[in-house]
Amino acid sequence: MDFNPQAPLLQVNDMHVEFRTRDGVARAVNGVNLILRPGETLAVLGESGCGKSVTAQAIMGILDSPPAFVTKGEVLYRGVDLLRLPENERRQVRANRIAMIFQDALSALNPVYSVGFQIGELFRTHRGLSRSEAKRRAIELLDQVRIPDAKNRVDDYPHQFSGGMRQRVMIAMALALDPDVLIADEPTTALDVTVQAQIMGLLAELQRERTMGLVLITHDMGVVADVADTIAVMYAGKVVEYAPVHDIYAHPAHPYTKALLESIPRLDFKGRGLNVIRGLPPALTDIPHGCPFHPRCAYARDVCRQDPPPPAYQIARNRIASCHFIREVLGV
Amino acid sequence: MSDVVLEARGLVKHFPITKGIVVRTRAGAVRAVDGVDLHLRRGETLGIVGESGCGKSTLAKMLVGLEKPTSGDLRVRGDDMLRLRGPALRHARRNIQMVMQDPYTSLNPRMTVGDIIGEPFEIHPDAVPRPGRERAVRDLLDTVGLNPDHINRYPHQFSGGQRQRIGIARALALRPEILVCDEPVSALDVSIQAQVINLLERLQRDFGLSYVFIAHDLSVVRHISDRIAVMYLGKVVETGSHVAIYDQPTHPYTQALLSAVPVPDPRLRGHRRHIMLEGDVPSPADPPSGCRFRTRCWKAQPGCAEHEPTLEVRQRSAHPSACHFAETLDLARRY
Repeated sequence: MDFNPQAPLLQVNDMHVEFRTRDGVARAVNGVNLILRPGETLAVLGESGCGKSVTAQAIMGILDSPPAFVTKGEVLYRGVDLLRLPENERRQVRANRIAMIFQDALSALNPVYSVGFQIGELFRTHRGLSRSEAKRRAIELLDQVRIPDAKNRVDDYPHQFSGGMRQRVMIAMALALDPDVLIADEPTTALDVTVQAQIMGLLAELQRERTMGLVLITHDMGVVADVADTIAVMYAGKVVEYAPVHDIYAHPAHPYTKALLESIPRLDFKGRGLNVIRGLPPALTDIPHGCPFHPRCAYARDVCRQDPPPPAYQIARNRIASCHFIREVLGV
Repeated sequence: MSDVVLEARGLVKHFPITKGIVVRTRAGAVRAVDGVDLHLRRGETLGIVGESGCGKSTLAKMLVGLEKPTSGDLRVRGDDMLRLRGPALRHARRNIQMVMQDPYTSLNPRMTVGDIIGEPFEIHPDAVPRPGRERAVRDLLDTVGLNPDHINRYPHQFSGGQRQRIGIARALALRPEILVCDEPVSALDVSIQAQVINLLERLQRDFGLSYVFIAHDLSVVRHISDRIAVMYLGKVVETGSHVAIYDQPTHPYTQALLSAVPVPDPRLRGHRRHIMLEGDVPSPADPPSGCRFRTRCWKAQPGCAEHEPTLEVRQRSAHPSACHFAETLDLARRY
């Protein structure tokens, strides 16, 4: 594997993923483009079924195939297309270069091994360390993710930890081999707000120390506003808007982004009557013709029902949106 | 006082912990709810917030009679719900109904929507005479924004948001005055949440309903509530109007909780003061002595371990707060 240090850290080009099931083909990802720089936090924002988790799993190469197939596209890590690597080389990339943490730490961790064993396994398999050395490194890592009394807790099992502590264990595991990309799939969704704040703070700190790129997959627009540099809003398997965080909250360019922002209750003031996005997200086996958002869109006209919008309408530098009526949505 | 529709005093629920297989002995108790007072006026929404394990769902179950309180007093429109028996109790319970959190598990998958929504009429046959029941169910479907012609469909044929509407229709069947909503929108997607919140608000206006609205999402609670009670480890630590709680919180726990909620506005990044709480919520089987929040509190003094603060108005707190050192933190301009 010849990684080119000059090439972008992580780049996803026109990725398509489909699930071939008995009930038909579900097109989960339909042409996603993303780019991640060192030290950057890229938030992939969307509702359930928009394809955000499938995108992450396709980048990691952990989709079950069948039923899932990556039918098109590239995942470039430092210029090398991971999708074309043989499995044994891809294993070298996972955890070493790109690591992932999941929403539900209790089911992501193995219940029959101690957390120290599970973290140590990475060092034994990938670095060939001895058991005792691996355990020493595991304690160090647990310390780094602020698990109190790490030395005594290293032999505990996942069920002996609280939700927040388990998430820390998973972060320790992901960071064990010093990856430079971390993909976090809804890392705090199952946690209480005070614990969420602890975990997001910890992630931000570790990211700063290591100038690691972070792909944060979430549906929470509050968390995104707090930590993201760039946002990719996904709908029906497509990135519909891609922009720096400040632009998107101040002037959303896609009707879906705009409607989402208007539909959330706010902590900082009591609004009256929330704006509603009518209808439901489409079934992935039956994505509407034309623009997939048109049945729910306040701006939709005939052209939206017939022609899909240009996939990447450049609004400004670093800023694209996929809609026929961007100017109207922006109000310019 | 006549407009108070629900009143609870000193509600307590302890779940026993037992030891031994043959001879069971009581080894202790999980003190899920440990003395809660609350009242609800007609047409009002009382929000209850707190983290998981604080007892808010147990409280909800006690209010609707799904859980029998260990002690305390509960009155719904003057009826003593803990002393009434038989038909009188059944009749009184019509006035208070519940909307459950998870629309996927709280609807029986083998029953049609019509049977689910009409089931309350089977239990209360005098509410609507048999010939009028299908009509009543259709009206209920229409009220919550579902197509009345879908009366013979099954729950799996509906989306999450639609299922929650079915749950709401079922709760409305007996024309209650009070709805207890336990996390009614937390299982739903953002764009669907707004639809259900707006529906609840419309129903409140149309039918003059009173809500007890339980949620862990503080933004949703602020949006819908008139008054708010903040719970921690089985007790109410602060209560007041939505302005009092969100803009002038006085209890350290409320302050920390609010500061931890991310606000969807990137301009505030770095301008908000974050109060980071250490550690996790202690076990309700063995709560700390004195003030239950003291183990995570930055204001804690040695005295906090001995004297439990009562929920009362204090010198620096215009609304009831259960902290010896309650003091207003002005958040109105800080968000």
